[in-house]
Amino acid sequence: MKRLIAVTTRDLRLAVRQGGATFLALVFFVLTVTLFPLGIGPEPTVLARVAPGVLWVAALLAAMLSLDRLFQADFEDGSLEQLALSGLPMGGMVFAKIVAHWLTTGLPLLLASPILAVLLNMNEEGFAALMLTMLIGTPALSLIGAIGAALTLTVRRGGVLLSLLVLPLYIPVLIFGVSAIDAAVHGLNAKPHLLLLGALTLACLPLCPWAASAAVKLSLE
Amino acid sequence: MFEGRGIACERGERRVFSNLDFSLAPGQAVVLRGPNGCGKTSLLRIVATLLRAVDGQLIWDGVDISEDVEEHRARLHFIGHQDAVKGALTVRENVAIWAQVRGETNDRIDAALSAFEISHLADTPAQYLSAGQHRRTALARLVASSAALWLLDEPTVSLDADGTKCLQRVIADHRAARGMVMAATHIELGLDDAELLEMKPR
Repeated sequence: MKRLIAVTTRDLRLAVRQGGATFLALVFFVLTVTLFPLGIGPEPTVLARVAPGVLWVAALLAAMLSLDRLFQADFEDGSLEQLALSGLPMGGMVFAKIVAHWLTTGLPLLLASPILAVLLNMNEEGFAALMLTMLIGTPALSLIGAIGAALTLTVRRGGVLLSLLVLPLYIPVLIFGVSAIDAAVHGLNAKPHLLLLGALTLACLPLCPWAASAAVKLSLE
Repeated sequence: MFEGRGIACERGERRVFSNLDFSLAPGQAVVLRGPNGCGKTSLLRIVATLLRAVDGQLIWDGVDISEDVEEHRARLHFIGHQDAVKGALTVRENVAIWAQVRGETNDRIDAALSAFEISHLADTPAQYLSAGQHRRTALARLVASSAALWLLDEPTVSLDADGTKCLQRVIADHRAARGMVMAATHIELGLDDAELLEMKPR
């Protein structure tokens, strides 16, 4: 356990040292969301109507952009090899890296989303649901994304392929995330949607690190 | 006692070597020799379990290593072509991280740095190191955490004469402590008494 935490803190320390590149996902998230009022006009009711969808789509894209950081740099300089040979179970090692990825992308997105929701004039009924869906849903983005990132490790310029692989898998997260917020905004019960989203994340929790570690093993051969 | 029996390797449908045997007793070293492309790196990667052998067995003290791959990985150090050194971290942090990930304390970091004469660089970010210093930082991992089996793939690349001497001393100490070494190298590493494993191209 202590050794897994060492892997996570290593990734966090590297993320902090590299500064700028790390929080690019957050900057991208903020920029994309602020483009919408410019694109569809400043009409408050229209913005309020599209706010949940815009926030979630932007979050998906921002999370996806940061995925190549998950394994790529470590793969290129031989660190991934050393991590694989550290004697830690591969699934555990991959999970520790996913945790670090969520802390540096999912968590900042989660914290920025209510501020952006205000900018989009989102109905205040939806704020709790927004925060909850982000809290439950963004870990699934890191988990699912890890599979794509691991599979495209040996592909030169794998960025486009990565998005083709990962975006379709993100659709369920998007659907349940947005529908939970919509339900809350319209005074309906958001619980069923939140439960489905939670089920999705829980299903990813054991499956994704396992699948991603198999892909990492393959790319190290 | 560590043994390989009848190991065969294929890369991209091409048979690189087959029916290769070796054995290593505690304190012993094996040096792999042969022209480029004869499979030295592939053999080291098979022994490190990074690459799957198409045939053969690796046996540690009578137990097939495939029974517990993680245990086997925990008892080896692999120094490959890439240094696994992060430019954003200092030399000390680079060495310490691998000791921590391998579940060891930090007590031997200073010894590791001085073994490769990079103590004066301890707080320098690794991105400002020369290629040789970079390599020394990677090699310091060998001392910072213990492992019974060292797999060294051309460890002297970009090292100067002094650096090579440091490595020779470290290897001698490791063998004196009943450690095993398997190295692919063209340079003398003070391994005169090592067993030579000649590999032929096919």
